[in-house]
Amino acid sequence: MAREVSNRRKALVTVCAWAIGIAIFFPILWTVLTSFKTEAEAIASPPSFLFFDWTLENYSTVQERSDYFRHFANSVIISFGSTLLGLLIAIPAAWSMAFVPGKRTKDVLMWMLSTKMLPPVGVLIPIYLLFRDSGLLDTRIGLVLVLTLINLPIIIWMLFTYFREIPGEILEAARMDGAELWEEIVYVLTPMAIPGIASTLLLNIILSWNEAFWTLNLTAVDAAPLTAFIASYSSPEGLFYAKLSAASTMAIAPILIIGWFSQKQLVRGLTFGAVK
Amino acid sequence: MGQITLNQITKSFGDVQVIPPLDLRIEDGEFVVFVGPSGCGKSTLLRLIAGLEDVTSGQITIDGRDATEVPPAKRGLAMVFQSYALYPHMSVRKNIAFPLRMAGLDKPAQDAKVAAAAKVLNLTDYLDRKPGQLSGGQRQRVAIGRAIVREPAAFLFDEPLSNLDAALRVNMRLEISELHQTLKTTMIYVTHDQVEAMTMADKIVVLHAGRIEQVGSPLELYHKPRNKFVAGFIGSPKMNFFMGSYAAEYDAATIGVRPEHLAVSATDGKWAGKVGVSEHLGSDTFLYVDIDGLETPITVRASGEIAFRHGDAIYLTPDAEKIHRFDNQGLRIA
Repeated sequence: MAREVSNRRKALVTVCAWAIGIAIFFPILWTVLTSFKTEAEAIASPPSFLFFDWTLENYSTVQERSDYFRHFANSVIISFGSTLLGLLIAIPAAWSMAFVPGKRTKDVLMWMLSTKMLPPVGVLIPIYLLFRDSGLLDTRIGLVLVLTLINLPIIIWMLFTYFREIPGEILEAARMDGAELWEEIVYVLTPMAIPGIASTLLLNIILSWNEAFWTLNLTAVDAAPLTAFIASYSSPEGLFYAKLSAASTMAIAPILIIGWFSQKQLVRGLTFGAVK
Repeated sequence: MGQITLNQITKSFGDVQVIPPLDLRIEDGEFVVFVGPSGCGKSTLLRLIAGLEDVTSGQITIDGRDATEVPPAKRGLAMVFQSYALYPHMSVRKNIAFPLRMAGLDKPAQDAKVAAAAKVLNLTDYLDRKPGQLSGGQRQRVAIGRAIVREPAAFLFDEPLSNLDAALRVNMRLEISELHQTLKTTMIYVTHDQVEAMTMADKIVVLHAGRIEQVGSPLELYHKPRNKFVAGFIGSPKMNFFMGSYAAEYDAATIGVRPEHLAVSATDGKWAGKVGVSEHLGSDTFLYVDIDGLETPITVRASGEIAFRHGDAIYLTPDAEKIHRFDNQGLRIA
């Protein structure tokens, strides 16, 4: 029997949900609003919420001062590149851990996760030196590599949990039907794991897109993605809130749009396997 | 062709040996059933033949060729799984065509074979559906369809009917037997249900703790069980066992009498007892009789018309010709 929920309770839950939702969304909304203000209005106290002189000046200044589209292209290449490369490595890895686990599989999984517990700054110097000596500093390929490695544990973990939901008998059936290992993975496992793979893909694109530690420390000009683009507006000469906001809005807009259109897939993927 | 031999094969998982050295020969075209209680190693044995598990030692040959190291895809065998193991993202047509596609057959040849299989299995109307939209029996037929299109050397069935309800199970049992008559291909069928074994098999292999207890035709096993385990496992209801003085009378450590080989009387007979529960099936009545000195009640298969009530006195007389005698090792005394 379904639990009865009183109207009062329903109203309370709704109000709470909206309050939390707005609290989470408010900083983004404020950033977007600030990006349409002049610098003076941006720091005015008390701040005006909607009634100010709307201007697009910040956007044109930002585009003039630094090339948005070059940063945007770098962000796309780095986030998609590192995610796709990661999936290429992670699918076979997760396959073997889910379907032919060994004695140490659990330890390997824990060990991979433990690399995420280390603060990245702890390995900044060795990685920086490695990059410098191999000429990878400020290159897209270097960033793709480092972000692949940083996110690989998460990709493998996510795929591993999705793959474990797939009955092994179906893969055995494919083997009996004459499928080679790669055919088994390409024709049977991957299509069955599409929801899981899609949400892994989306989540990792978002993570890589927003990654700011490595992208800021390992790039200068050529490979600088949108994170570096935003950071360039918090300069030593002082903060320009309105321009910083315009840059931020431009940086987060693409990922916000992707996230909006794929939210169904994301939620489905993240809860995949929770109920059979 | 589908002649399979197992030569001194063993299987261990870690330190545990689940299949001690075992020999078996399966002739081309035979319907062989592996039967035994759960955990007896029958599914493991099937998976060794399929190649889904590697043997620890020993040799498997298929049609005279050493297949021990051959991967499952190259053994030329087809398998039907308990869970059906259909590809949920493919239509019925694609499911059945999958092995043909893997074999590199061109599209028109695939379509022709799929159509032929679908016709045999009454699946023609369902070819464009996904497995999720089918009933259990239909899914099972798709799994069989996927197996037959390959024209394998042998079919392997791993408890294929245990997910079906009772009525459907009887139907599918007949369909599989019918299919064997038509195709005349070797079939190896694993089940824990001795009724399936008795009704379908040319040859039954009774397994217990990884060991083969007996190999023979259903009636051989019924009439001449080699030991107490086979005697108790084959036949429904189970054989009754008598020990002590009851058995000593026949120069045996244990004697076994099947429920259908006991004559019933209300007035006189060899063994006296009291009626416990009686189950009326219409055609038969199963009586559970308590006899002095025996711990478990004796099962008797009597005619459907018989009228004994709980607590009534009853006399049982075994058919002397049909008493099975076993020594103190549990082996049959000829």
